[in-house]
Amino acid sequence: MTDLLYDDVIMPRAIRGRSLWEDARRRLMRNPAAVVSLYVVAILVLLAIFGPILWIYKIDEIFRDRVAIAPTFDHLHIFGTDTEGRDMVARTLFGLRISLLVGFAATLVALTIGVAYGAIAGFFGGAVDEFMMRIVDVLYAIPFIFFVIVLMTLIDTPDPFVKLMLIFMAIGAVEWLTMARIVRGQTIALRNMEFVEAARAAGARPMEIVFRHIVPNVLGPVVVYATLNIPVIILAESFLSFIGLGVQEPLTSLGRLISDGSGQMINAPWMLVTPAATMLIALLAMNFLGDGLRDALDPKDR
Amino acid sequence: MLAQALRRTLLAIPTVLVVIIGAFLLMHAAPGGPFTSQRQVPEVIERRLERHYGLDLPIGDQIVRYVGGLLHGDLGPSMKYRDKTVAQIIAEGAPTSAVLGFSAMALALAIGAGLGILAALRQNRAQDYFVMAMAIIGVCLPALVVGPLLQMYLGVDLRWLPSSGLYRDEFGLRYLILPILTLSLPLIAVISRLMRASMIEALRSNAIRTARAKGLPEWQVIVKHALPIALLPVISYAGPALAGVMSGSFVIETVYQLPGIGKQLVLAAQQRDYTLVMGVVLVYSFLIIAFNLASDIMYRVLDPRTRAS
Repeated sequence: MTDLLYDDVIMPRAIRGRSLWEDARRRLMRNPAAVVSLYVVAILVLLAIFGPILWIYKIDEIFRDRVAIAPTFDHLHIFGTDTEGRDMVARTLFGLRISLLVGFAATLVALTIGVAYGAIAGFFGGAVDEFMMRIVDVLYAIPFIFFVIVLMTLIDTPDPFVKLMLIFMAIGAVEWLTMARIVRGQTIALRNMEFVEAARAAGARPMEIVFRHIVPNVLGPVVVYATLNIPVIILAESFLSFIGLGVQEPLTSLGRLISDGSGQMINAPWMLVTPAATMLIALLAMNFLGDGLRDALDPKDR
Repeated sequence: MLAQALRRTLLAIPTVLVVIIGAFLLMHAAPGGPFTSQRQVPEVIERRLERHYGLDLPIGDQIVRYVGGLLHGDLGPSMKYRDKTVAQIIAEGAPTSAVLGFSAMALALAIGAGLGILAALRQNRAQDYFVMAMAIIGVCLPALVVGPLLQMYLGVDLRWLPSSGLYRDEFGLRYLILPILTLSLPLIAVISRLMRASMIEALRSNAIRTARAKGLPEWQVIVKHALPIALLPVISYAGPALAGVMSGSFVIETVYQLPGIGKQLVLAAQQRDYTLVMGVVLVYSFLIIAFNLASDIMYRVLDPRTRAS
């Protein structure tokens, strides 16, 4: 269901030549919202990588004498502590790390499946295309949640790290459908162009043409879609956490923190506000950046 | 066009059949079954229960049996709610989910289209930036944050609206206002962005230049000529999205304690209530296929280019 949210992406035509990328970069840099977002995303990524190492508290450090205290400068609990006496700064930083990791990794999984699938279907056309796209139609008609729940339970493991890998796989395995459709459309537009013909005349095998010549040329719209898809996946993970299938202790994610925090909304609102605000900032920055990229790569506006 | 619609309808039958087989196999591939959680039941009784529900048969036979039942309009008994059939459970939850989803989409179409047109007419001006910033914020706010917050401020603090629960008494609909609002926010966000983009493109088209050249008043150009073209992408989005929201939302139904099928699907999948899962999956696939078809037909009716040919 969530993948439908981004069908509005207006896909630029295939990008030709390096100068257009250079052009796009210049256009992106002229968009103030996108530039600010770029810095925000960079800062968040740095915080996610180094924050949990550098911060004075660890995520599982428990202070029995400081349970659920409001944000204060005493002991530097600037975001307060949770109902078990753990520092919220440490937990939010770690949650950010896991959420971004899920966003990037699951997008990568979806990207790999979707690009390969769409390019093959579009390039070979005919019965192959018809069959492959019918499968996509069928998968669209199965509710996303059901799919993910079953995939998540296929391997029953107590190991939180294996569980995390499973989340990447499960979300990636349902998010590639729209990607495949976009790539297929682009490939159909490209497959009769001169450079493909030239490659064929030079004796390239079909698979070689698909992956060496077609795929690099459809990456423009794919990058835009992927950027806009990361926030969708972060939200999907928070939904999984909400139904208890997401990240497991001792790990945590922003979605899990939000879901825990919404239960404590009245007696410890900071437990909700801190992770929710962090997630909002991250999602906003990524959406503005994605929008900026789309505008920058859209040849219609040039 | 009628032939096209008929062809698509016929094509839906094998699609649904493949959905059934796929979902069935997937469901049974997950470890555990509807009766395995109750370890206190003796083996013998568990076996007998499985035999009663036909779970001891080979998977192929189970699918044939299930599809056979479907042909008679029988969705089977629920495996967790012992005294209810799947049809009864869906009949209890579906109306709430459907009303909720439909109203949310209607609200989102009205507000989203309005905002999108406004932004397009004021492109690159303050109103445009404001609407688009709100739209991005709308996409970024997960229902599990918005829901509780709206509930707390409007429901508990201000006491304007009931915060949760649905009692089908005289004011039943009042309980749905907050859930509808929560559900429609991300839809409004997406629709306004779509509408803005397609309206800008429509206003640049030759058809609109012609209409303006003929000296038509601006509102007529926009409403009569640009709007039908600009609505097309919105319609392609709204079809499947409507199916999505009408088949229930777990978060909304949980936060506001409403009896819907979105909650049933998640619980049933977790408890391996095979028949109930299949029932809700079927409702969803049916809606997706039907609304996709409906939006395609509407697309053709509205699109002046396909109408002419």
